[in-house]
Amino acid sequence: MSAGVSVTAMPAQNRGWQRDLIGIAVILIAAMAGYFLFPDNLALLTRMIAIMLLVLSLDLVTGYCGVATLGHAALFGSGAYAAGIAAAHFGITEPITMIAIGAVGGALAGLISGIVILRGHGLAQLVLSIAIIHLFHEAANKASQYTGGSDGLSGISPDPILGVFEFDLWGRTAYVFGIVLLLLVFILLRILVRSPFGMLCRGIRQDPIRVSAMGASVKLTLIKMYVISGLVAGVGGAFNAVSTQVVGLDSLSFTNSAEALVMLVLGGVGSLYGALIGTIAFVWIEDLVSAANPFHWLTIVGALLIAVVLFAPKGLYGTAATLVERYRRGGK
Amino acid sequence: MQTFFSIGVDALAYGMILFVISIGLSVTMGLMRVINLAHGAFAMIGGYIASYAARDLGLAYGLAIAIAVLGTIIIAVPLERFLYRRIYGAPELTQVLMTIGITFCVIGLANYVFGPTLKTIPLPAGLQGPVDIGFRTIAAHKLFAIGCGVVVALALWYLIERTSFGVKLRASVDNTAMAAALGVRTKIVYAASFALAVGLAAFGGVIGAELLPVEPYYALRYMVTFLVVVSVGGAGSIPGALIACLLLGAIDTTGRYLVPEYGEFFFYLAVIAIVWVFPRGLMGRAK
Repeated sequence: MSAGVSVTAMPAQNRGWQRDLIGIAVILIAAMAGYFLFPDNLALLTRMIAIMLLVLSLDLVTGYCGVATLGHAALFGSGAYAAGIAAAHFGITEPITMIAIGAVGGALAGLISGIVILRGHGLAQLVLSIAIIHLFHEAANKASQYTGGSDGLSGISPDPILGVFEFDLWGRTAYVFGIVLLLLVFILLRILVRSPFGMLCRGIRQDPIRVSAMGASVKLTLIKMYVISGLVAGVGGAFNAVSTQVVGLDSLSFTNSAEALVMLVLGGVGSLYGALIGTIAFVWIEDLVSAANPFHWLTIVGALLIAVVLFAPKGLYGTAATLVERYRRGGK
Repeated sequence: MQTFFSIGVDALAYGMILFVISIGLSVTMGLMRVINLAHGAFAMIGGYIASYAARDLGLAYGLAIAIAVLGTIIIAVPLERFLYRRIYGAPELTQVLMTIGITFCVIGLANYVFGPTLKTIPLPAGLQGPVDIGFRTIAAHKLFAIGCGVVVALALWYLIERTSFGVKLRASVDNTAMAAALGVRTKIVYAASFALAVGLAAFGGVIGAELLPVEPYYALRYMVTFLVVVSVGGAGSIPGALIACLLLGAIDTTGRYLVPEYGEFFFYLAVIAIVWVFPRGLMGRAK
């Protein structure tokens, strides 16, 4: 059934790959600019990368499959705790192994939350997603002998990457490591969303009944996507654990989930670039505002959300893309 | 036996307060099909206004409740007119974002204006202390909350089943376009039921302040609980909401009494189990 879809997609494919190369180049340039322009803020930029992975993962289920969830931090936090517990309690401190363990932890959490969340529709789905994140949060709080409870999990000291690059005090190694991870994930996801499987997911978002009439299993496809999304979020969480060397309960919080959704919507739902741009904009504004006045932070996030819904429902990237498109058409 | 009895009373009082706050959400959700995450924020606004009126201005408890309900409605009606009306019929994600945005704004502003501390609403002498009901004594404010819940349930039943407004409301819930074609001014019905829902939320926020303490994160902390009630009970169903409130109140209170170290773990587990078994709610109608 995917053949019909890819026939129409074929002519655009070549131009798409060129565009991807440009996109990757832009990410690399932005990464280098960040490294040289803000050498004192690398910790913030590194945190941004971890959150980008979470938002990318959320985009897979919300943007490409149309599942509205307020519990996506469960996947991120599980990855972070999996990597953190492996390092702090089992002595697995090789960073790349830690990332892999985090990815597996995130995928497991994705499997569980996918099975639970996809049981309902509309309000029920939303309630299930909120219940999931609270359940994970309470469980992590209770299992304090492993997770450190509300004190957070500390004592994570990762080895040098590949035995060569040691994590330094300024966070340079962590930053470069993060950029490499982000690029890898981005390229893989780019291939994924172009694949017949990605097309099928988009089809489900547009009309699930039609897709099941064509003979594809809607639920199984969505659960697969949830597991993939869990892998990505788990990598993000594990990377956060490796780079900050602590895992806090807030990584499994409702606020974290809601903020990820805000970032995605701010950037543009259903586009990988939107996820990246939204994260940069959100974390940057957060940093500015909370430095000036932490009280107003929530008010501004709220106002930002309302403004995006009212005036730019496609998000920053979507709106910019529409404007560019209109300009091009007008130019011809 | 003593524990059993206190769990029962607490669960009943908690369930009734949940009912008063979330029944408005259930009605508006059944009517306008809007997933309103900001409902708890209105209950919180009511609590803040009542606390200000009763504690800082020294007004009587009953007057403070009236001011809180009216004040919250006055704040909420423009929000309905300018923000909610734009998202009727919009995709879920849009509704979630808009209403969570409103919630964040309310939390931020409450935090800024009133400070991050817990606000108390002083109870009148008649509601303080225990009441002897023959074989046991119960805290008077809990009895009051239970009474309010019963009164609200009966009044709503009368309003919806026996008055002409109720007929219009039910008609609009069943089929908005058809009701409008028959001359029901659905926009007015929407606005009136929204105001009613918000007023009830504020009322519940005030009388429930002893059990659900008023503080800036109130709106976020109990948001889930209110949504769960609607989701479990089925949107738009009064009996469904009542059953859901009593059930969830019982689960939550029992959990707090018997296994406090697990926090709300069992509450959320129960929520997942109930929604899993009844994805459309206990009394929900099929789409």
